[in-house]
Amino acid sequence: MEQTVEFATADGLLGSVWLLVAIPLVSAAVLLLLGRRADRWGHWLGVAAIGAAFVLGLTYFFQLRGLENKQVEQSLWQFITVGDLKVDFGLLFDPLAAVFVLLITGVGFLIHLYAVEYMAHDEGRRRFFGYFNLFVAAMLLLVLGNNYVMLYFGWEGVGLASYLLISFWYGRPSAATAGKKAFLMNRVGDAGLAIGIFVMFAMLGTTQYDEVFNGVGSLTSTTVLVLGLLLLLGAAGKSGQFPLQAWLPDAMEGPTPVSALIHAATMVTAGVYLIARSNPIFSANETLQLVVVGVGALTLLMGCVIGAAKDDIKRVLAWSTVSQIGYMFLGVGLGGGAYALAIIHLLAHGFFKANMFLGAGSVMHGMNDQVDIRRFGGLSKYMKITWLTFMMGWLAIIGIPPLSGYFSKEPIIASAFEREGWTAWLFGGAALLGAGLTAFYMTRLFVLTFHGPKRWTEDIEHPHESPKLMTIPLILLAAGSVVAGGLMTLNDGVVSWLTPVLGEEAGGEAHGVLSHTVITILSILITVLGAGLAWFLFRNGTATEPQPAGVVVTAARRNLYTDAFNEAVFEKPGIFLTRALVFLDNRGVDGLVNGLAAAVGGGSGRLRRLQTGFVRSYATSILTGALLVVAAFLAVQAGWLA
Amino acid sequence: MSELKLPSIDYAALAPILIMLGAALVGVLVEAFVPRRLRNGVQLALALLAVLAAIAMVILNSDDRLITAGGAIAVDGPTLFLQGAILVLAAMALLLVGERAVERGGAFVAHAAVTAESPEDRRQAEGVGGATEVYPLMTFAIGGMLIFVAANDLLTMFISLEVFSLPLYLLCALARRRRLLSQEAAMKYFLLGAYASAFFLFGVALIYGFTSGIPGRGAGVDFATVHAAVGQSSSSQVLLFAGMALLAIGLLFKAAAAPFHVWTPDVYQGAPTPVTGFMAACTKVAAFGALLRVFHVAFAGASWDFTPVLGVVAVLTMLVGAVLAVTQTDIKRLLAYSSIANAGYLLVGVLAPTKSGLSGTMFYLAAYGFSVLAAFAVVTLVRDADGEATHLSRWAGLGRRSPFFAAVFTFILLAFAGIPLTSGFTSKFAVFGPALEANQAWLVIAGVLTSMVLAFPYLRVVVMMWLSEPGESTPTVAVPGALTSAALVIGVLATLVLGVVPGPLLDLTTGAAEFVR
Repeated sequence: MEQTVEFATADGLLGSVWLLVAIPLVSAAVLLLLGRRADRWGHWLGVAAIGAAFVLGLTYFFQLRGLENKQVEQSLWQFITVGDLKVDFGLLFDPLAAVFVLLITGVGFLIHLYAVEYMAHDEGRRRFFGYFNLFVAAMLLLVLGNNYVMLYFGWEGVGLASYLLISFWYGRPSAATAGKKAFLMNRVGDAGLAIGIFVMFAMLGTTQYDEVFNGVGSLTSTTVLVLGLLLLLGAAGKSGQFPLQAWLPDAMEGPTPVSALIHAATMVTAGVYLIARSNPIFSANETLQLVVVGVGALTLLMGCVIGAAKDDIKRVLAWSTVSQIGYMFLGVGLGGGAYALAIIHLLAHGFFKANMFLGAGSVMHGMNDQVDIRRFGGLSKYMKITWLTFMMGWLAIIGIPPLSGYFSKEPIIASAFEREGWTAWLFGGAALLGAGLTAFYMTRLFVLTFHGPKRWTEDIEHPHESPKLMTIPLILLAAGSVVAGGLMTLNDGVVSWLTPVLGEEAGGEAHGVLSHTVITILSILITVLGAGLAWFLFRNGTATEPQPAGVVVTAARRNLYTDAFNEAVFEKPGIFLTRALVFLDNRGVDGLVNGLAAAVGGGSGRLRRLQTGFVRSYATSILTGALLVVAAFLAVQAGWLA
Repeated sequence: MSELKLPSIDYAALAPILIMLGAALVGVLVEAFVPRRLRNGVQLALALLAVLAAIAMVILNSDDRLITAGGAIAVDGPTLFLQGAILVLAAMALLLVGERAVERGGAFVAHAAVTAESPEDRRQAEGVGGATEVYPLMTFAIGGMLIFVAANDLLTMFISLEVFSLPLYLLCALARRRRLLSQEAAMKYFLLGAYASAFFLFGVALIYGFTSGIPGRGAGVDFATVHAAVGQSSSSQVLLFAGMALLAIGLLFKAAAAPFHVWTPDVYQGAPTPVTGFMAACTKVAAFGALLRVFHVAFAGASWDFTPVLGVVAVLTMLVGAVLAVTQTDIKRLLAYSSIANAGYLLVGVLAPTKSGLSGTMFYLAAYGFSVLAAFAVVTLVRDADGEATHLSRWAGLGRRSPFFAAVFTFILLAFAGIPLTSGFTSKFAVFGPALEANQAWLVIAGVLTSMVLAFPYLRVVVMMWLSEPGESTPTVAVPGALTSAALVIGVLATLVLGVVPGPLLDLTTGAAEFVR
């Protein structure tokens, strides 16, 4: 592991890498600043900007292939210099960044195209495309930065854009609430990342990727653990992993293209990117890797269980995203060769999940925005293209060979079985069980939506297929879902492409507790079993009203009580602390003595009346503070403190 | 009996101070001799010219590193930077004060002696030109602040504290609308300010007593003597620590740090909004300038002892500011609590006793001043028939009514929340980084966590402006006059530029980050 990381300077064509961020950013600025004047053509500008970025990304990609040192960086200007702290506004284009750029702009372009039609009847379409471009710019900055501060910029930027896009449908109070929830939970994760970056500064005096990675060896293992856990907290917040998973399904309140782009294909995978990018840190501590693997395994099972109990088509897909990202976390946690496997799964997932989300949007489009899968059924006859493309996504995600999910998920399961001792059984078993559960709930979704008897609400007579502008992206994404996995694993293409960033794969065939062939057979078997069971149970449809259920299903319907837990553990004490401080502040310290009785009986209305603060209570409070400060100083002097 | 010697005085180095105080005196004469209808224009021009001249002198003096006026005034890097910052921010505040287009007659009462809520009062609220005494008062306050950040002994510091505080008390009472609230605020500020000054003065006395114990040197309250005494004095250490604590209390009061923050929300709410902006920006700079000098110059030798106590104050300040901001329903009170929390972040910078800590704190002061003045500038514009509409419920749906100003305010709030590419992020970064180098990780963690909490109230305002339907009571935004527009543009541009290319200003603060002793 004692290799030093060295970046070459970007020159020639690659010297203009900054255009990747600048183009969508300028387009966003134009769309948001021009206002209504741009209403007529604004969406096409948005689409064109992403298309241009994609073409540019492809050019850079081929340019990079021809280079000896495949990691090129570019410093645009010195951002901050205070004392020893130096932060560049710099970019890094390397194999990892390149695949992300292609994913973001490629899938992003298709989703933009789809959104032109999907949002056609929305009066705010231009503003929507403005935010959408802003998101893409921030996401590209996130993956292209050459230091952690740049990453943090993009990180906050995508958070902001995602918040704006979730709340996009003002009319619904639930959208605004979901937006707030996403913002708050992301802040928790962001605080972790921010503190992590500060720890880097304190310990290594830098945030440049190369300097940090070369310096990891000089840190104590506790420091690495703390640093890694902070980064993991940030990653979990953005990627909807345990314990910060609750915001992601709620984020489905936003328009469907948003769900597809941000909450399935790109932003939510930023956590995986962060860990893969920081692989020298995570590889340096085994406990850390164990925690990442644990978070991944736990989340993937949670996502499956909850996904199986939900009836809202977008929420099932959202929990499935949570669960699939769990697989990716499992992969990056396993370390070694599994880093690349996680990235492959991430790319494959980007295709099939975007495909299914857009498919869900197409179904909703034809069904008067109905989202309840209990009210679908039999749609295969009415929306042939949506049905077929969704089928490709469904077969891909459950891992039926030779579709892409098989090539991307099965190796992660196999790697989990390659761990030492009992952890192999634990995590391998979890991954395998997850595959079965995934097959079950995805098949349930597919069958209830497209097959079985019609259970539509009365207002729908003849569901229609979506227009071309929506089906073409679906077809392209479906094609991606079919072939992407196979292509990426052909001759270990992506694995060797990523080698400069993620390190060499451990040499030779590793030997786990089970042989590779056994695992392959087992995972296909359990997948078919799960899918078959779901088909059998739901082939004749389901009741359209909620049914009484056992403990497990009830728990799953309530998100395994995690929301209740959050409320009890974080929200209630927070509210209490606020109330207590408000009370103290309003009444001053003598108020505390006189006002206990008032406090017992007093609601917030009464507290408000006390807001005309008296100077005397303010003075008392200052005096008390003064006494405390003087006492503290004297205590320090006497050596009692410090 | 030794011969009385006149101290040598470097008039050029003192020029910014002399210009401001001189302009204030001329301003008083203008009040006496210039006809009423010309006064506003003349006074505004006079004050702005004086500020510009003082800025020019600060720039000319920028290489000065000296102590003058018999050891009372130190002109060094921090002095010059902070004086420059105070002057630039004060110029913005003067633009807001001079605005007459938004409300007929301006934001200030015409006859302060008229009983509030009386029929005459209602008549004057209808449009007689506002009191022009505000300009000399402002100029005096600015002059006092310039001395405050340059003071090299505790007595000069005390006197300049009073020189800038007294005009501020009066300014708070001069609101045209809601006069009872304004007068109540001024009264509270005056009583509590005097109370805090007493702590400061008592601290000076104790420190003087402490310095009498230095072998072979007379007692004194100049910082060099105090610095020498910290290491050598044979007097009881209790004098030192009690004195240090009392001095700190006096300064923390002005800086609005908990638990000495209690006046802040009431005063910020009651004072005329341009004056609130002036206090939030310039008083903050002055108070932290003095804190930096007292603790980095006079008590540098005792930093191990005061750091933990002031650290607790900093954490408490951040916590109180952030948590209480959550429940505020008035935009000015919300900004007051935000200002309290920012005092906490600034204290983090003060407690990093390095060059980069000093430089980061000075950067923060300047950057925050621009943003907060821009924020209050927007507050002066959101109004209805009764003047400014400060209750948050009235801001609901503002984004639909006046998207431009709602967008500007959103940008400023995002800067307060520390979102990258705004000055809010770079300035937090500039103080937290050095604090970590100084092994104050706990302060940084508290800072990051509270700024997380603080993001919520800002967000609530954003949500309210953009995501609520405008109601019957949503006020309109007045079209700003040229003066407010200028202040707003400067504030917003500075917030953006300092967020994207903070390099030049950081170089400036780094170059200035060395005290003379």
